[in-house]
Amino acid sequence: MSGLRTQAARTSPIADETMQFGSSSDDQVRAQRFRDAALPYLDDVYTLARYLLRDASDAEDAVQECYLRALKHFDSYRGPAMKPWLFAILRNVCRAEFARRTHSSITPADELPETAEQTTPLWSEAQETPETEVLRHRDASAIQRMIAALAEPFKETFVLREIQNLSYREIAEAVGAPVGTVMSRLARARAMLRTAWLAEEEQPK
Amino acid sequence: MTCDEAEILLHALIDGELDAGHVREVENHIATCPHCAAQLGAYRDMQAEIAAADLRFTAPPQLRRRIEAALPQPRIASRRSVLRGFAMGSVVSAMAATGIVAIVLRSDDEQRIESEVVSAHLRSLQAGHLTDVISTDQHTVKPWCNGRLDVAPPVIDLTALGFTLIGGRLDYIDGRAIGAVVYKRRAHIINLFVAQTPNASRSPARTDDVQGFNIRRWRDHGLSFWAVSDISADELTEFSDKFESAMRTNGNS
Repeated sequence: MSGLRTQAARTSPIADETMQFGSSSDDQVRAQRFRDAALPYLDDVYTLARYLLRDASDAEDAVQECYLRALKHFDSYRGPAMKPWLFAILRNVCRAEFARRTHSSITPADELPETAEQTTPLWSEAQETPETEVLRHRDASAIQRMIAALAEPFKETFVLREIQNLSYREIAEAVGAPVGTVMSRLARARAMLRTAWLAEEEQPK
Repeated sequence: MTCDEAEILLHALIDGELDAGHVREVENHIATCPHCAAQLGAYRDMQAEIAAADLRFTAPPQLRRRIEAALPQPRIASRRSVLRGFAMGSVVSAMAATGIVAIVLRSDDEQRIESEVVSAHLRSLQAGHLTDVISTDQHTVKPWCNGRLDVAPPVIDLTALGFTLIGGRLDYIDGRAIGAVVYKRRAHIINLFVAQTPNASRSPARTDDVQGFNIRRWRDHGLSFWAVSDISADELTEFSDKFESAMRTNGNS
């Protein structure tokens, strides 16, 4: 998807300025600082991109765009921790990509109607799940598929918690939602995943 | 506590996000409610299954190369000037959390800083990153730090006590440039990070295990200390004990 970079740039307010790097030593110094601070998280950012976008080459493009934007805004970075900050940027890149795909059925988290989250009581899915039933062991790729199939915004919250090991506060910072919202999304994500997990067992491939 | 409350809070419980008081409340509820107890067990099992599976992806080498190629190329040995250029001061982002949630969640700032300290320790072990000033003489290391930091770390030679001073470095933790004093114990490196803290009260040392490294941290004389190493917790405790007692003896450092 060669369209991501240019399209993302068009829809993003921060990409209006031209991205230019001179060869001055300041830029090099800055780039080295950025390398040290941000590159150790490349696998983390790529992992999140793979769950948010599914397609591997889309994910690569999104991660590259994320790092370029992060470098551009590195001067104004004053925390929080680097990882949630990079995730927040990646999310914006992915949302721009969602916006581009007007024919896509995928709805970005922030454009879900508010009511979708609020009308369903948190515990309704959970109650339908037989809590005594034991989950059958599944291999990693099967679990990855089930997680990837979760609806947003529950999927990203789940991935940030269980795969990226972010705290609730860091998740709240990365997705720009209150901690209470993070908690309710996580509860629903787990209920949905468990339901899917049990359902898969009933009809083995 | 009602089941509705418990069914949300049990997730915070298995994620280790509840403070002690609420842990007790949720556990009391679970003890009397088979439904919620079963839920808790089911979600714990699922979390264990997920933790045991490798669900991460590794960035392909060509992606790493593409990103590297897009960054301005570094010059060797620019690290010192890099560190001098760090903006001082940090902004603590105040999270506006809503409802009961704000009260029940413990602060994870300390955890975050500890994980940054471990990252800085790991970075320092890469070739050429360990020391900005190499000296076994505390009277060389300290003046070097004085010229570069608002608050120079106390530099104490513990060579005679089994911990060899090998130098100092500027590092970057929690958005601030801070000093690191580097010691060696046999083949193991100990990084002692020192930062100014607004909290003047003394806080006794305690050891945490973060990503397989031991961190011993304490606070004294308006300074926060983090000693990080892969040596055993016992040896690290010995280090911090000797450092603290030498600091008291020196008085001024």
